[in-house]
Amino acid sequence: MNPADIASWISDAQKAFSAANDLEALKVARLAHTGDKAPISLASRALGSLSPDEKASAGKLIGDAKAEIAKALAVATEKLEAERDAKVLLEEVVDITLPVLRRHRGGLHPITIIKNEISDFFIEQGYAVEEGPELESGWLNFDALNIPADHPARTMQDTFFIEPIESGVVLRTQTSPVQIRSMLTQEPPIYMICPGRTFRADELDATHSPVFHQVEGLVIDKGITMAHLKGTLDNFARHMFGPDVVTRLRPSFFPFTEPSAEVDIFFNGRWIEWGGCGMVNPKVLTTCGIDTDIYTGFAFGMGLERTLMVRHGITDMHDIVEGDLRFTRQFGVGL
Amino acid sequence: MRAPLSWIQEFVEIPSSITVEEISDALIRVGFEVEEIIKQGADLTGPLVFAKVLSIEELTEFKKPVRYVGLDCGEKETRYVICGATNFAVGDLIVAALPGAVLPGDFAIGARETYGKTSNGMICSARELGLGDDHSGIMTFAEGTVKIGDDAITGLMINDVIFDIAVNPDRGYALSIRGIAREVAGSLGLPFKDPVDALRSLTFADTGKGVPAKIADPTTASVFYLRTLSNFDPSATTPLWMRRRIEKMGMRSISLVVDVTNYVMLELGQPLHAFDKSKIKGGLTIKRAGKAQPFTTLDGQIRQLDPDDLIVCDDAQPLALAGTMGGASSEISETTTEIALEAVRFDPVCVAKNSRRHKLSSEASRRLERSVDPSLAEFASARFVQLLTENSSAQHVATVADGQPRFSPVVKVDPAYISRILGVEISPAKIAEVLRTIGCDVNEKSFEVDPPAWRSDLLSQADFTEEVARMIGYDKIPSVLPPRPKHASLTPTQKRRRAVSAMLASRGLAEVQTFPFTNQETIDFMGFVGERAATYRIANPMSEEFPLMRVHLVPGLIEVAQRNISRGAKDFAIFEMGSIFRSSQKLVPFISTDLSKRPTQKMIDEIFASVPPQAYHVAGLLVGKVENEDWQGKARDYNWQDAIEFAQDILQLCNLDWTVKRSDFAPWHPGRCAELIVDGKAVAHAGELHPRIVAKYGLPERSVAFAVGLSALPDSALVRPNTVGTMPAALQDVALIVNSDVSAAQVEGALRSGAGELLESITLFDRYDKLGDGKISLAFSLVFRAPDRTLTGAEVSEMREAAVASAVKATGAILRTA
Repeated sequence: MNPADIASWISDAQKAFSAANDLEALKVARLAHTGDKAPISLASRALGSLSPDEKASAGKLIGDAKAEIAKALAVATEKLEAERDAKVLLEEVVDITLPVLRRHRGGLHPITIIKNEISDFFIEQGYAVEEGPELESGWLNFDALNIPADHPARTMQDTFFIEPIESGVVLRTQTSPVQIRSMLTQEPPIYMICPGRTFRADELDATHSPVFHQVEGLVIDKGITMAHLKGTLDNFARHMFGPDVVTRLRPSFFPFTEPSAEVDIFFNGRWIEWGGCGMVNPKVLTTCGIDTDIYTGFAFGMGLERTLMVRHGITDMHDIVEGDLRFTRQFGVGL
Repeated sequence: MRAPLSWIQEFVEIPSSITVEEISDALIRVGFEVEEIIKQGADLTGPLVFAKVLSIEELTEFKKPVRYVGLDCGEKETRYVICGATNFAVGDLIVAALPGAVLPGDFAIGARETYGKTSNGMICSARELGLGDDHSGIMTFAEGTVKIGDDAITGLMINDVIFDIAVNPDRGYALSIRGIAREVAGSLGLPFKDPVDALRSLTFADTGKGVPAKIADPTTASVFYLRTLSNFDPSATTPLWMRRRIEKMGMRSISLVVDVTNYVMLELGQPLHAFDKSKIKGGLTIKRAGKAQPFTTLDGQIRQLDPDDLIVCDDAQPLALAGTMGGASSEISETTTEIALEAVRFDPVCVAKNSRRHKLSSEASRRLERSVDPSLAEFASARFVQLLTENSSAQHVATVADGQPRFSPVVKVDPAYISRILGVEISPAKIAEVLRTIGCDVNEKSFEVDPPAWRSDLLSQADFTEEVARMIGYDKIPSVLPPRPKHASLTPTQKRRRAVSAMLASRGLAEVQTFPFTNQETIDFMGFVGERAATYRIANPMSEEFPLMRVHLVPGLIEVAQRNISRGAKDFAIFEMGSIFRSSQKLVPFISTDLSKRPTQKMIDEIFASVPPQAYHVAGLLVGKVENEDWQGKARDYNWQDAIEFAQDILQLCNLDWTVKRSDFAPWHPGRCAELIVDGKAVAHAGELHPRIVAKYGLPERSVAFAVGLSALPDSALVRPNTVGTMPAALQDVALIVNSDVSAAQVEGALRSGAGELLESITLFDRYDKLGDGKISLAFSLVFRAPDRTLTGAEVSEMREAAVASAVKATGAILRTA
């Protein structure tokens, strides 16, 4: 039981384990070097016949040697098991390029997408998103907006009337009645947009639809000027059409704003009419009970279909209103 | 509104260095959208000459009329041409394009063989010369208006630029060359020569008795000028220059008298009407029709006058629908020798109502309803007398006037207000200068501004602010963001809608948006009855096919599905979110208020309440297979469970509790429709569509649908979560036999109520319906857990038995033993 023998048992075992090239061979080597008839096992059993003094020192030598051998075995086992696993998993390879999308592709309507996008843009700036009914009171759709009966402006918009006509209830021709609702129910400052569905008796063609969508914005606060309107529109236009877009205000007429303007954008090499805007007509503010000595405001409005068509190069309104899934799905959920 | 440059230049001297495009930009800058610039004659080259028709040979062997025409073109020889028009006779004067000429559209004229003859040129229509759309025949000219052989390009003043301008409804004054020229001058900073200035001093001596003129009600018209003329030779013709200007404006030359009324209207903006004086009995009065009566307008239509219509009548009968259209009985005719010329400043609303009631928009009504300069009744009628007497034998007899022009009041303007609104500092001097440019009188000390007669729209500071802004240029206003307001976010309702649509989209449904219109047949066929079938009718629908507002979303989804199927789609799922319009309340009469102040709160409440509530729904339609079939194998069809699952998913997404019960509800299959109930209210329905509907609309068999009344859902309560238990759970299975008409929901509910508070979850894991005898077996697994201890076997058994006992009692269930 001299130390040199023990060292050789260890190195023999280490060599045998590392020489094994599969788990089967390792098992044979393990039995040979750690089994009952292995020298280290025999030596271990022989310890009992030694004197207590010898037993203590030899016992330690044998114990350390056993640990060395067990460590070598563990290393070899781990290595060979990893090799075996790699081989088996390799055999389980599949063609992961096979088509797996079976579920139908869903998506949001592009008008919903652009509405959400515009809402998010304005919410981020502190504007509330207000809504109102589509079947609307004529007082809110016209009178309060300084469009009295028999004014030519009333004929600018071909209105759908609800029976009985005497009720004055209409399919709203604009989302502006939502602005009136806000002004009648809230105290300034008011910062709001109102996206929604609107109606005008236009035949459906490539650029018109009797049912369409608008988004309007309204700001009523102290010291609001037309410069603020311009700044807001510039910001909005850049968000919708990219940083290079240029806007232009052109004098126009709307009964509910004074001064009024059309807002054009220069996009893809040409001027395009985008929407209308202006400073809220003091008559409208007065009807809504807002003190015009303290507050001023601006309002703007644009068509969502038009915005969508200009931005995405859509040439036919039919694609937007027909609900053909091949069109809608291209937009996904707008991400 | 058209405006030929040659006419504008009569009132503004535009230096030749300013291009047509710059003039167009100048108009756009001050708010006049130039929709088209027509460069007349740009694509026309001569020779184009006036000629006289010497002979006409009708070639009758062809299917259409063909004439072989001999022309005197001022040449030695008679020139022969083929012509397909027939609106001319021997002796008529026409315009001929000779070989070598090129007409618009690159149409080269040469001598050519056609219809067996040689045609040495072409007789032209207005359209062929690019002068207008009139293709009803060739252009002919009255004797004495053109000279044979003269160059017609010069003679017809063809080379011109015509601006087609969109005029906003508040700018009636710009429906005249006078108004447009003033804007061009103002925008380009050039002096403007007002044509009215020359008319102010024009007077005509009375030589006889004129037709009396009277305004019955001063609220309907402010001033009425009636000029009587006699000795008119009805064979008088319109001078070519006047005819050509009228044509360039897109109107037609009719007769000298009518042409002069139109010419003056186009030049100054005041509509005029000429009566045949011999047809007038007594005098002319402007008044309301008073009673319903038939009236024939000069377009030959018999119209029923409304008592409220404003008319011009003589002592016997109505002669004109005021400011809108004259009557046939007093129309200028080929025998008219005496004329009564009417010029009135009518009340715009009266004319607008006339026009709207009779669906009759005329050049006159278009101007009068936008308000006409009240001083023009006098000056425009003088201009008529001037032009008619200069161009015919007519003589002024007398002028009678009633009423006085009413002008807009002087407005006190605060220059600081203008700067405050525009967000840019503009000096009072500049403001005064700009306001003078547009015709105002400005007292620079008091800043009292007297608007010009033609600007009845300038009534408030805001109106003057716009004038200042547009004349200095909107581009001078800086771009500044407003102060950042308080924080905002989507409302819970808006968040919910977004979450629901995002969930449906991510689970394979594509959103659609349909028109919210329907019809009675659809409502009936769907099986909607009672208050679910009642809706609102559109008085003037796009199409009589869809005159009603929708009461449900599913019919619209079916229509979209049909369209997709017809285009080859087979398996898909779609959804829509939107309002429906069941008529839940009777509409009350219109509530009007004094708009110069805020209505009372009571009135506001009434106005809000006059708008019926409009429920907001989401609905989906699922047809065909749930998945695309591919190399992985077949897919199953959508079934009723899928539809109900989507409906429940939506409620779950909103964090609501619901119960389910079977419902016989249109448009679903009466045995396969689930009703979901929240807080005792039915809020959603889902299941298989009624087979009758599926068949009628050609949907795949057993197509399914769901509909959820989003606006009927209660708000989600604030979550107060239970503490998560860490003690071990105890699992118990029970199988119960019940009659097949007992619903799983009933059994589950009974088990749940009997099991007690320690029941953590319950799952139906098996349903067996092959027992026969009208019985089915339902197997549930129940999980029990106590928060503070491990449950003992005895406790668990006791709770299980209590659950079973409850189910037995409530549903007649029998415990199934293994």
